[in-house]
Amino acid sequence: MHIMEGFLATPWWQLWFAVSIPAILYGIYKMNRLVKEKREILPLLAVAGAFIFVLSALKLPSVNGSCSHPTGTGIAAIIFGPAISAVLGTIVLLYQALFLAHGGLTTLGANVFSMGIVGPLVAYLIYKAGMKANLNFYAVVFLATAFGDWTTYLITTAELALAYPASDVLTLGGFLSSFKKFALIFAVTQAPLAIMEGAVSALLFKYVVNVKSDILVEMKVIEASVARKLRGTTA
Amino acid sequence: MSRKLELIVLAIILIFAAQFIFMSLTTDAEYAGADGEAEGVINDITGGTYKPIAEPFWEPPSGEIESLLFGLQAAIGAGILGYFFGYYRAKKTYENELGYKGKSKPESDMPSPEGDRHSL
Repeated sequence: MHIMEGFLATPWWQLWFAVSIPAILYGIYKMNRLVKEKREILPLLAVAGAFIFVLSALKLPSVNGSCSHPTGTGIAAIIFGPAISAVLGTIVLLYQALFLAHGGLTTLGANVFSMGIVGPLVAYLIYKAGMKANLNFYAVVFLATAFGDWTTYLITTAELALAYPASDVLTLGGFLSSFKKFALIFAVTQAPLAIMEGAVSALLFKYVVNVKSDILVEMKVIEASVARKLRGTTA
Repeated sequence: MSRKLELIVLAIILIFAAQFIFMSLTTDAEYAGADGEAEGVINDITGGTYKPIAEPFWEPPSGEIESLLFGLQAAIGAGILGYFFGYYRAKKTYENELGYKGKSKPESDMPSPEGDRHSL
């Protein structure tokens, strides 16, 4: 769930735009360069974007009796890195802000920061660390995408707590007190959904490995030896 | 092909679904959106003084229309996913199993008259 239209006052909404816009521009630059160099990755880029479209359209009921939706950005983050994920995330957030009144145009910067930048960044870092540690590929994808999803909502929580501290002026105590209140909604609702997202993302990766592992090797997502092993003994 | 991962994912989804059915039968939870609940907390913290600085300039006129647009979003995504997985799968089959690997254009071995190509 994104921060709703109009729910971040000055200076917060401008601040998040100021942080997000450079990341989006850098992502557009990287995406253009990548597509120019390797035209054959375009379908994979479409798949990563489409996955975000599907997952962020599904509002799921959670254990605490409220609904939220997964983000789906983990796949893009693992294959293309956080910068390009920010571009794909922005497209989805724009669609939802314009046609669904879900999220908003003034809060777009904040929502891009949480769903398009920090969430994918965390997913990417966990993925790289996990692969370096030689863990099972699908387990690493699960962890990376689940924590990426969950982090997105922790950042949303922090953005709201910064804008609405418990005291009138922003103090650490006031921030933490509000953080707890918003976390009760977002972090708790999202935890089971993050597990689902991790599981579904791992499954999607299995199919990508099955049909197109050479491109993953070329993009340096997995090493050739890992690809051979995965195809030999598909989980 | 082993189906272990599919079974694990299915199990996670089933646990989730069972939990949902149980909870919705035994409690009167509303299953409202988390963003709407956050609005309630904002009202609590500010004592109801906060007015949104902007309104969405267009809102789906009803819950039905909203479902339509969310469904459309998922359908667009699912369509693209299905198209490319089908494309890759067929490509792999033709390349590996039917032995077309390395021959990107089979007809280039045996040039056919222009007219034939159109009749395909």
